[in-house]
Amino acid sequence: MTLVKKLSSLNWDIHPPYIYPPYKSTVRRGPQKPLIPLPYTLSELTGPVYGDDDIGPLDNDLTRNAVKNGEPIGERIIVTGRVLDDNNRPVPNALVEVWQANACGRYIHKGDQHDAPLDPNFRGSGRVLTDKNGEYRFTTIKPGAYPWGNHHNAWRPAHIHFSIFGTNFISRLVTQMYFPGDPLLALDPIYNSIPDEAGRNRLISIYDHDITEPVWALGYRFDIVLCGSHMTPFETREA
Amino acid sequence: MAEQSPSQTVGPFFEYGPIYGGEDILVNEQTSGERIRITGRVIDGEGAPVVDALIEIWQADANGIYNHPADPGFANVDAHFRGFGRSETVNDGMFFFKTIKPGAVAFDDSTLQAPHINVHVFARGMLIHAHTRLYFSDEAANDHDPVLYSIEGGRRKTLIAQRENGPDLSTYRLDIVLQGDNETVFFNP
Ligand SMILES: [Fe+2]
Repeated sequence: MTLVKKLSSLNWDIHPPYIYPPYKSTVRRGPQKPLIPLPYTLSELTGPVYGDDDIGPLDNDLTRNAVKNGEPIGERIIVTGRVLDDNNRPVPNALVEVWQANACGRYIHKGDQHDAPLDPNFRGSGRVLTDKNGEYRFTTIKPGAYPWGNHHNAWRPAHIHFSIFGTNFISRLVTQMYFPGDPLLALDPIYNSIPDEAGRNRLISIYDHDITEPVWALGYRFDIVLCGSHMTPFETREA
Repeated sequence: MAEQSPSQTVGPFFEYGPIYGGEDILVNEQTSGERIRITGRVIDGEGAPVVDALIEIWQADANGIYNHPADPGFANVDAHFRGFGRSETVNDGMFFFKTIKPGAVAFDDSTLQAPHINVHVFARGMLIHAHTRLYFSDEAANDHDPVLYSIEGGRRKTLIAQRENGPDLSTYRLDIVLQGDNETVFFNP
């Protein structure tokens, strides 16, 4: 038996650092001691496996999965894209979870004290599994910007939170998707914690008129690239 | 090569997003193995509880087999155990899981690792998750575990959950310290 030991690991030139003082909460929460190298064993090469049974029929439609007495308010959008590993291979059966504020910038979460209306017909969370080509797609409402307490007059640019499970524990990623042309991006410490411009740009979705559906919804494309791809041929047991 | 998508914080409002409820209980009545409770507190650099953290765990079944096709023992895995759990911390920074104690897992073709649970820590104020492990205080195999052995002696204890025998099931307790003198050992994945 041969265990594959070589996976692509997190690229620290691309990901934000643990401590980024403009985002104040990082200062007391980011680890400071050197990280210990981890040899890759079955513990890292494996991860939770999801299937169609884990997904409900409305989980990919945030405009319908919490309706009580009408349609949610706001601009209906379609978000779609591919989950790839960093060898450019599609990741099938990846669980993609999303959560977001409503069109007014208000989360249903009890801790959200922003004085903006809740929408009785919008919960703002969903989940979807990628298909064999690594593609996912969901329908939602474009989220609003919202204020937060990091600094004076701080506003988060409109964003959708993404959580992705790839093929192993190493490839786990939680990130945020932004919208093109948002003037708040330049002012946002969370977004600007990403050290390089190309990396920041990869979190901005692309407006795609081919995804837009006539008289229905605007379309955005957002591809996601995970680490943890196999750098050597995948082989778990000898024939 | 495609460049990785950068991480961003999970933020404070994940509770109704990735948390669907029930993911802190990894077992059902048919799962094999010793039932245990895992608990601990997430603590920041000032010693304050982190009340909006999300802890994810991934572990093998009671025989040390992961429910994933890359495990050579996959054909014999406990079908009643996925091995993944999630718990948000609450007001006092505590997380809780009910699970089973995992078996030993291969390190390489000839060596075993001590039983352990793989842990990811997410929180508001963490721009990228932290990766750690939880070992069990009553395992003699800890003394020979290759990953524990790679850590400077004084810091190994930050990964070892202490057993507390309870009336119904045993609890293993491990605090996760994000910063400071007792900072938990985090790995570079
Ligand atoms: Fe948010």
